[in-house]
Amino acid sequence: MPNILMPALSPTMEEGKLAKWLKNVGDNVKSGDVIAEIETDKATMEVEAVDEGPLTAILVPAGTEGVKVNTPIAVIGEADAAPAAKAAPAPEAAKVDAPATAAPAVIVAAPAAADPEVPEGTEMVSMTVREAIRSAMSEEMRRDKDVFLMGEEVGEYQGAYKISQGMLDEFGPQRVIDTPITEHGFTGIATGAAFAGLRPIVEFMTFNFAMQAIDHIINSAAKTLYMSGGQMGAPIVFRGPNGAAARVGAQHSQDYAAWYGAIPGLKVVMPYTASDAKGLMKAAIRDPNPVIFLENEILYGKSFEVPKLDDWVVPIGKARIARVGRHVTLVSFGIGMVHTLAAADKLAAEGIEAEVIDLRTIRPMDLPAIVESVKKTNRCVCVEEGFPQFSVTSEIAAQVMTHAFDYLDAPVARVAGKDVPMPYAANLEKLALVSADDVVIAAKGVLYV
Amino acid sequence: MAVKSAYIAKKGEKSQKAEKASGPPLSNSGFTKDQELAAYRDMLLIRRFEEKAGQLYGMGFIGGFCHLYIGQEAVVVGLQMAQKEGDQVITSYRDHGHMLACGMDPRGVMAELTGRRGGYSRGKGGSMHMFSREKQFFGGHGIVGAQVPLGAGLAFANKYRGNDHVSVTYFGDGAANQGQVYETFNMASIWKLPCIFVIENNRYAMGTAAPRSTALSDKLSARGEAFGIPAEQVDGMDVRAVKDAADKAVAHCRSGAGPYILEMMTYRYRGHSMSDPAKYRAKEEVQKMREEHDPIEQVKARVIRANMASEDDLKKIDADIRAIVTEAAEFAQSDPEPDAAELYTDIYVNA
Ligand SMILES: Cc1ncc(C[n+]2csc(CCOP(=O)(O)OP(=O)(O)O)c2C)c(N)n1
Ligand SMILES: [Mg+2]
Repeated sequence: MPNILMPALSPTMEEGKLAKWLKNVGDNVKSGDVIAEIETDKATMEVEAVDEGPLTAILVPAGTEGVKVNTPIAVIGEADAAPAAKAAPAPEAAKVDAPATAAPAVIVAAPAAADPEVPEGTEMVSMTVREAIRSAMSEEMRRDKDVFLMGEEVGEYQGAYKISQGMLDEFGPQRVIDTPITEHGFTGIATGAAFAGLRPIVEFMTFNFAMQAIDHIINSAAKTLYMSGGQMGAPIVFRGPNGAAARVGAQHSQDYAAWYGAIPGLKVVMPYTASDAKGLMKAAIRDPNPVIFLENEILYGKSFEVPKLDDWVVPIGKARIARVGRHVTLVSFGIGMVHTLAAADKLAAEGIEAEVIDLRTIRPMDLPAIVESVKKTNRCVCVEEGFPQFSVTSEIAAQVMTHAFDYLDAPVARVAGKDVPMPYAANLEKLALVSADDVVIAAKGVLYV
Repeated sequence: MAVKSAYIAKKGEKSQKAEKASGPPLSNSGFTKDQELAAYRDMLLIRRFEEKAGQLYGMGFIGGFCHLYIGQEAVVVGLQMAQKEGDQVITSYRDHGHMLACGMDPRGVMAELTGRRGGYSRGKGGSMHMFSREKQFFGGHGIVGAQVPLGAGLAFANKYRGNDHVSVTYFGDGAANQGQVYETFNMASIWKLPCIFVIENNRYAMGTAAPRSTALSDKLSARGEAFGIPAEQVDGMDVRAVKDAADKAVAHCRSGAGPYILEMMTYRYRGHSMSDPAKYRAKEEVQKMREEHDPIEQVKARVIRANMASEDDLKKIDADIRAIVTEAAEFAQSDPEPDAAELYTDIYVNA
């Protein structure tokens, strides 16, 4: 009797909610019939039957959250078995401990330094990165009617990654604008609108597709202020998911932090937490310069504590001490923080106290924050997901050498993605990406332990 | 035999007028028994292969993006019937059907989908990026529209070498809005490149119905007019209509007369990719397409009606196809992952 398993319904899905059963025990199911609805972090998806026969048992009741991919959810009997096999609720149903397996929702940074930007006593609320970006854009659009959002699938489809969900309803099609798949064209149009004084937010479905538009981002948006002797520039935000997602291959898995970080005239922001995503997005929209805002698909669904304030703005260009320590400084940003914080935990278990700096902004970079920390720890490891050559970490290493040479007890170590296009195969992709263990090894290397 | 396409005729009045204005009615030719059965078999292979791929995705064997071709089978199969060995094919990420039609081995395609060493790219490309030098299949491209100038480049090489091969360059209705498509049309026209631009107009680019993003979206074939490229709009659900139009396009290109545009009116039954719930269209719309225009059912009905084959004959083909697909899936699940050393191979050609 074939089991129906909880299907994987997106590249990043590990678990989902079994929202609804559309068939009952005893119903005859044909291949192609929709049998259930499953909520992923992005959408509600229909599950079609592949096998044919009577549905003999439902193993996971409707409404169960956190059902792991590949958990048996129902059983289909033999096609010609007696259809009256109205199986009693399967005994296995009790074994499905779905709610208990739900991942811990909130990531709590261990001994974090208090954020000086947050007034004491501020209430904190749990929010996903996705919600944080959405609320920042919505708040700014309420505040300033020159701000509008433009991109592929941002309106009627509610966002390819559901960042702009509900925004078309609130702001209407004048301000939440669906574009054709014409990145070079709409980026030029948005930049022109910014020259004219509007404040566009351009969503790239992913930053991989911004390569189609890179001429306008760099030659038009970044350089016009300079070329016009300060007469006109482009107050514009270019945002979207950046870097590897999961198994989407070489053309869809690239980190552009170093690319944009190289360009004078651009500001480049790459937050890790929801709180920073929200505060920095608001700052980016208000900034009179072109700002590249690099998000990450894997982080979208992660929850963090966000201060409940009417106007939470995080200044561009300031790093955050994510964890206080005295033995080694670990510097990272964006999804690199996931591995870096995990490494700090592992190091702590061995008695090594790492100080972790979350850069948050790539350009302008908060070098004083890094140098201050290195003066204390005398050792530095920097971590990024992107390619190792001509990278953000190579820039950090050079700057630390210039500005903190006398304080260093070991050469700065760098941990980056491997120097290869992203492979598709699961084992190779894992090898190509940065891991916490890589960071631990590098940290021990600079500590000579 | 002139069969006016039911599918295209059913569209709004406006488009019918446009059709009348710009060209002769759609013609269609009959198929021999062998052709009918070959088309049936080839389309069925794609359908069953894709269903199995969807299943393996749900089980976690396939990861990332996976775009199924179900519903569009007549397009590649009809075009392939008009090609000869050595003609090149290039397309987007929705590429499994194209590879199977080119004669690539279902085992190798499926093993690439699962990221195993027996895959066409040895597990390094995945669903969107597969290639076969042997079958002259040039990918498998993830960036919407990028394959269009690349396909014209393949045609350029044919012209440069003075052979009579054509390049069949596929892209979607959504891709038809990318600027590089028009840069390519212009060059293909002035340089008379032997390139067939096949627009697979399946009415949707991800969640966007074509009229929402595309000017005159039911007449993309007209987009070559300004460049002097002859074009035809074709019922892409009828494999005979596809083959018929493809024959004309191929003859035109081989003769040295330059590029040709075929707009294939087609439809995808599944979501854009495995993670698309496809809430932007009514279930009835999909159902109607399946019931009234399914490319495979059309052949089946014709074959039976004309007594070219019996239900049992067709069932035997079905069983053959199922066996091929099952075998491919088993291979793709049991074949080992690539060796870790593969991470660093194929970045440069040794020089
Ligand atoms: C340059 C670029 N922009 C956006 C995307 C994301 N994307 C992938 S497929 C797609 C829709 C393309 O639709 P269409 O050309 O009609 O082809 P279909 O999927 O219908 O075969 C989009 C927007 C991409 N891959 N490349
Ligand atoms: Mg399309």
